Amino acid sequence: MALSLQNEKRLPQGRLAVVSYFIVGMIALLLFGFWKLQIIDSDRYAQMAERNRVRSIPINAPRGSMLDREGRVLVDNYPSFSVLLLRDAPEQVDKLLPQIADGLSMTLDEVKQQIDAAKSMPKFQPIVIKPEASPSDIAFIESHRADIPVLEMLMVHRRRYPHGDMLASGIGYVGEVSAEQVDASDNSLKPGDTVGKSGLERQYNETLMGTDGMRRVIVNSIGKEVGRLEQQDAIPGKPIQLTIDYDLQAIAEADFATKEGALIAMDARTGEVLAMVSRPTFDPNDFAIRIPPAEWGRLNTDPETPLLNRAIQAQLAPGSVFKVVMATAMLESKAIPADYTVYCPGYANFYGRTFHCDHAHGSVDLHKGIVASCDVYFYNVGKLLGIDRIDQYATGLGLGRRTGIDLPGEEPGLVPSEDWVQRVYHHKWYPGSTISVAIGQGAVMVTPIQLMRMIGAVASGGDLVQPHLLKNLTTKTDHFTLSDDTVQQVTDGMWGVVNEPDGTTSGQIKLENVDFSGKTGTAQVESFDLQNKLGKKLKENGWFVGLAPRRNPEIVVAALVQAGGWGSTSAAPIVRDVVKAYYDKKSGKRDLTYTAKDGKPAIVQPYGMGPIAQAEPVKSDAKER
Amino acid sequence: MQKSGSIRDYDWWLLATAFAICGVGILEIWSATHTSHLAGMHTHQVEWVGLGFLLMLLVSRLDYHTIMDQAPILYLIAIIALIAVLALGHARFGAKRWLPVLGELFQVSELVKLIIIIVMARFFADVRTDQLSLADLIKAAAVVGFPLGLIMLQPDLGTALVLVPLAAVGAYLAGLQWKHAAVIFALAAIMVPVGYHFLKPYQKERVTTFLRPEEDPRGAGYQILQSKIAVGSGGFWGKGLGHGSQNQLGFVPVRYSDFILAALAEELGFAGVFVALLLYMFLLLRLVQNAQRAHDRAGMFLVMGVAAVLGFHVLVNVAMVIGFMPVTGIPLPLMSYGGSATLFVFLALGLVMNVRIRRFVN
Repeated sequence: MALSLQNEKRLPQGRLAVVSYFIVGMIALLLFGFWKLQIIDSDRYAQMAERNRVRSIPINAPRGSMLDREGRVLVDNYPSFSVLLLRDAPEQVDKLLPQIADGLSMTLDEVKQQIDAAKSMPKFQPIVIKPEASPSDIAFIESHRADIPVLEMLMVHRRRYPHGDMLASGIGYVGEVSAEQVDASDNSLKPGDTVGKSGLERQYNETLMGTDGMRRVIVNSIGKEVGRLEQQDAIPGKPIQLTIDYDLQAIAEADFATKEGALIAMDARTGEVLAMVSRPTFDPNDFAIRIPPAEWGRLNTDPETPLLNRAIQAQLAPGSVFKVVMATAMLESKAIPADYTVYCPGYANFYGRTFHCDHAHGSVDLHKGIVASCDVYFYNVGKLLGIDRIDQYATGLGLGRRTGIDLPGEEPGLVPSEDWVQRVYHHKWYPGSTISVAIGQGAVMVTPIQLMRMIGAVASGGDLVQPHLLKNLTTKTDHFTLSDDTVQQVTDGMWGVVNEPDGTTSGQIKLENVDFSGKTGTAQVESFDLQNKLGKKLKENGWFVGLAPRRNPEIVVAALVQAGGWGSTSAAPIVRDVVKAYYDKKSGKRDLTYTAKDGKPAIVQPYGMGPIAQAEPVKSDAKER
Repeated sequence: MQKSGSIRDYDWWLLATAFAICGVGILEIWSATHTSHLAGMHTHQVEWVGLGFLLMLLVSRLDYHTIMDQAPILYLIAIIALIAVLALGHARFGAKRWLPVLGELFQVSELVKLIIIIVMARFFADVRTDQLSLADLIKAAAVVGFPLGLIMLQPDLGTALVLVPLAAVGAYLAGLQWKHAAVIFALAAIMVPVGYHFLKPYQKERVTTFLRPEEDPRGAGYQILQSKIAVGSGGFWGKGLGHGSQNQLGFVPVRYSDFILAALAEELGFAGVFVALLLYMFLLLRLVQNAQRAHDRAGMFLVMGVAAVLGFHVLVNVAMVIGFMPVTGIPLPLMSYGGSATLFVFLALGLVMNVRIRRFVN
């Protein structure tokens, strides 16, 4: 053996000792590392471990339904499935995206868009990548549970509007909560929640909206559910009962099938709105899932403004309906004797201008002025009253201010006055303008709901009820006291409009055994902007406000048919239909076979719509994009 | 030659510590796998420990001087085996590391580690001066460098790096001069960026992840993050054996092997880790003590070679678990599940016992 190792026995004890110190130092350093993780930062890591282990799957709370005054369903829900993407293992998700897109019949870009949209949400929260799962989507998810564990189905309650566009503008629609709403909600709303966006859905959102529950499950590292934790049940939203009468609503809707405009009917004693129509309108079912951007764009840019609720948002010249206000002002102010008479040759001159009338009415007193709607009579009344007195009574009767109906977005209309002109246009009131206002043209603008309430107030001696759609709403009634004599003269005039041979409706809308009265209006459209936008010359707007009985009425109705021409032929028959239906129903007549003016049956369905279950479900294939 | 020592002269404290670590490991392997498809893994580990103990007894009987005399042949065997594994070996996870022996796949580099310990001890023992000359230093580097390069080709960066502290500790104890050390550090500083260029993509990824984990929290950083979550969420007393969610639900990567300490930290808490690391400290200090009492320099270098390799394993593995170092795939000695690794440690301890029982010879 070449080496003699035995001779070498001197060991480097000093350096060996250094190695020992090194070992102790090393272990101390590693222990410090554990100390930091396990003692100092322990809470943070415990949270992260919990987040790994527990997946929270929301339980969707159904929104409350909406019922009509007799408990018939106007809005309810249907069960549906959304496809959830679980993002606990992001690198796994990225790999599976093409497969997921393919299986759910989406493009890769669409999937990525959905993921990007939820960027700000915590990563452990699942996101909806397809709101409405088709049967083939469900089959795809079920059959790929093992190899695509990142997909999950969420049962959701989707809004259903069984009657399509019926009462759509009043009901409104729902949609995904906006980021601003979430921020402003004090944690009561979270991203992805469905909230009411307009109409009653928005007005009573807090009542209708339930509280989502949460199912907490234990998952392993590949996202498989291996156990369950506690479950927090969803609290369903509360149903609301409306004042709407489905039967009256159906009749009004049918009469408006091919028309543009609005109708609103109310129990004049309580303010309960019985029917409300706005046309053109939309189908809220289109919003129940996610509304396709193209459809949303169309609804918003359509010059016919289908999303507008014309019954409370259209501000238009009232035309001759305004003569009711003029007559009331004339009698109440006593500025003009009650037996004031004017000779009508078919026109009149004021301040160097000629103002026309429909006919040469001859000698006209107040009653005839209302019945035959003589412009010349009211030009003179207006001139004698002056704009401020007109303003005082118009405002007193509820024009130029919101009625307070329980709907968002009601418009106030406008009643001109000397103050108003000074404030807005910085010049003095031209007395000539009063002449136009006297027949409901010029600056005066009203909404259908205001005219309806005004007529009710006049006929009831000055009770301005608050129109409302929620059945059990506490409302307040304003009083603008009118003398019995005034009420009698004005309402008798309106009775004449309907029932006397020289009334503007020529006796066409008389109702047997019903004390039906009303006032026609035919208003010129002065908005050149709108005419240009639509590219056509607009016909006059036809108005009719009706009431029955003529004093202390039970029902008041206002109808507006835009570009309908004469109010007596366009709007009056619709109001007649609604009032007749009201009385037929009251007297127990169940067989309603009206025919609208265009020959189509006015009633789609007889009274009642059958049990809820028979309501036609919303066909999901119609919504597929 | 000398008469051989007796069983009574074994370092029973050292052995008891080793078995304690094995016991903790088997317990945690059981906890980590008993509910999964890997259930039963701990019994395999028991078998490996038993087999390792027998091999240790065997190795301790054969005089270490005799073993060291065969260093050149052993070195040749190591080189051939490394070339063989490159040519014929089984690839797993993209690296050729395994050779079939008696129906089992063995990691050749474990055997190579053992041989290089012996070869290095022989080499440094042959250096008779108090100070290590530059020529000897370069020779030592060449002897280690060749197999190291072959292991890197597998590629198995982790095991290759183990050879570096082995050579470094040896050189230090052999009288490494400070100026040489300074030059080596300087060279290393230059070589790191150059070497990085030659790393495999997955290795580069591990390094970048380690240096800037926030840039890739989902990819390679996921393993380190999950390990840290497991450790941190364990708190002081832990969640209890079998109750660590990170461990039981599979969030901790290879929780029965490389990341077994993360699983232990989660279930047994800082208290458990403290005990485990104290066991390792005691094991390593005991090795140094055996080196200090060795009969000769050859024995001392042999024992310190074992200490260097085991110490490096402990440092790199534990530091990885708490996110102090990148993921390298180096197991925790005696605790991680693995046949080749466990056998290696017992064979290495056999060498230590060998030196131990011959300390009073002459």
